[in-house]
Amino acid sequence: MTDRTGNFFVRFFSAIGEPFTNAFIKTGFAGRFLLSVLRHSPTALTRFRLTMREIWFAGVLSVLIIVVSGLFVGMVLALQGYDTLSRFGASSALGVLVALSLVRELGPVVGALLFASRAGSAITAEIGLMKATEQLSAMEMMAVNPIARVVVPKFWGGVISMPLLAAMFSAMGIIGGYLIGVQLLGLDSGIFWSQMQSSVDLRFDVMNGVIKSIAFGIAVSLIAVFEGYDAPPTAEGVSGATTRTVVISALVILGLDVILTAFMFRGI
Amino acid sequence: MTSPLVQLDRVRFGYSDRDILTDVSLTIARGQMVAIMGGSGSGKTTLLRLIGGQVRAQSGTVQVDGEDVGKLSESRMYAMRRKLGMLFQFGALFTDLSVYDNVAFPLRERTNLPETVVRDLVLMKLQAVGLRGASNLMPFELSGGMARRVALARAIALDPMLMMYDEPFTGLDPISLSTIGQLVRELNDALGAASIIVTHDVAESLALVDYVYFLSGGRVVGQGTPDEIRASTEPFIKQFINGERDGPLPFHKPAPDYALDLGLEQPHD
Repeated sequence: MTDRTGNFFVRFFSAIGEPFTNAFIKTGFAGRFLLSVLRHSPTALTRFRLTMREIWFAGVLSVLIIVVSGLFVGMVLALQGYDTLSRFGASSALGVLVALSLVRELGPVVGALLFASRAGSAITAEIGLMKATEQLSAMEMMAVNPIARVVVPKFWGGVISMPLLAAMFSAMGIIGGYLIGVQLLGLDSGIFWSQMQSSVDLRFDVMNGVIKSIAFGIAVSLIAVFEGYDAPPTAEGVSGATTRTVVISALVILGLDVILTAFMFRGI
Repeated sequence: MTSPLVQLDRVRFGYSDRDILTDVSLTIARGQMVAIMGGSGSGKTTLLRLIGGQVRAQSGTVQVDGEDVGKLSESRMYAMRRKLGMLFQFGALFTDLSVYDNVAFPLRERTNLPETVVRDLVLMKLQAVGLRGASNLMPFELSGGMARRVALARAIALDPMLMMYDEPFTGLDPISLSTIGQLVRELNDALGAASIIVTHDVAESLALVDYVYFLSGGRVVGQGTPDEIRASTEPFIKQFINGERDGPLPFHKPAPDYALDLGLEQPHD
């Protein structure tokens, strides 16, 4: 009897502890993986053609979804903002509202969320399938390091694409805001642009947004390449890894955003 | 007699819950062609991964060209792999590259040859496997056997010192099979290289190789030249080369009593 209860307690505590142990091991593995990616990163520069190809796949092919979403988000911001601002007789500040919301928050955050689901998932699936079909093993046996040849270009392709996509998102959002605010709701175009120009600060607002988008780009790209490289080499393994990339990226983006915003804009 | 190219000494390897290889010692000399035979799951492929340094032995040593594979640093390991070529069971072609670019891959990655030389070499290797006419196809347009032949052309692109073949003969039609078998032998003799062929294709490999090792239960259970193997009275070897169902090598994985499992009998106390 005592033996069975002993067994029960052992099983109970190992069931509680196991997810933590696994998460701990995986984090350690991810850390070593990051070091290895950084160590091989000079190849991304010396063989920039490989990185260019990844910028095409992760960045250029994401432009459409980013541009269309940016336009819609800007339009919605203008519609919502006009309704609220006009109650206080401040509808002339619509341009400022739209621009600040986009360059500080929505451009980097929504852009990164879209980037994770469009490009991050594709990166994970590609690396995972290369592993499942032994392509990474074959590369290793040809004395070509798969981290240097496959992972590093994809990582830097993502890191370079992300800030550019976030900038496109913000720019399209501002155009969307202009279309609604000025063309549809009849605000004065001069006031719309000049208010925006005088209130949006390059260093404080725009640069902080760019820093955020770089941080998100690093996070999403690292999660995507790691999940692909770590995926079990089976159909379920790769599909699970792809899902994890999107879910973990979304959580990390939003969590990082809280931290970065707290540092950047406290006291405002 | 120079030192052997590959030497495994009392190698043990396993995953946390089960041992794959318990105690394997074998030697492969330069210029020699060796077949490793054994049933499914006997650790044949694992053996190739140990030699290529993709997994490390838990005890014992694996030596390739005088270097202890288990003790190499990452960069030394990649330097050692430059001497190796490996043909994977399903080819493992890069699906985003054409047949031509697949064969050119090791040449472009590991040498600084001008593109015209790369082109000549690629066409020569593809000619050797009979697929020069397929150089513009993508891997998904190839049959399994053709993909394996392209992979062979890619593996021999840099004339390795040691070629490892993982099940090279499965799924080939009879013409490709004898041609590829011939090619593998010629490559070995022309390059003065050594070859390891992991296979369970008995007839084809006995006609081809110089020496045979039999693996079972994680250890070497028999070895000899093809003639010795054919004449062997060892029950395991006889069972294997004649494909007999009854013998020391069980066809069934251990399981509870069949009738009991189907519920046809009540368990006895």
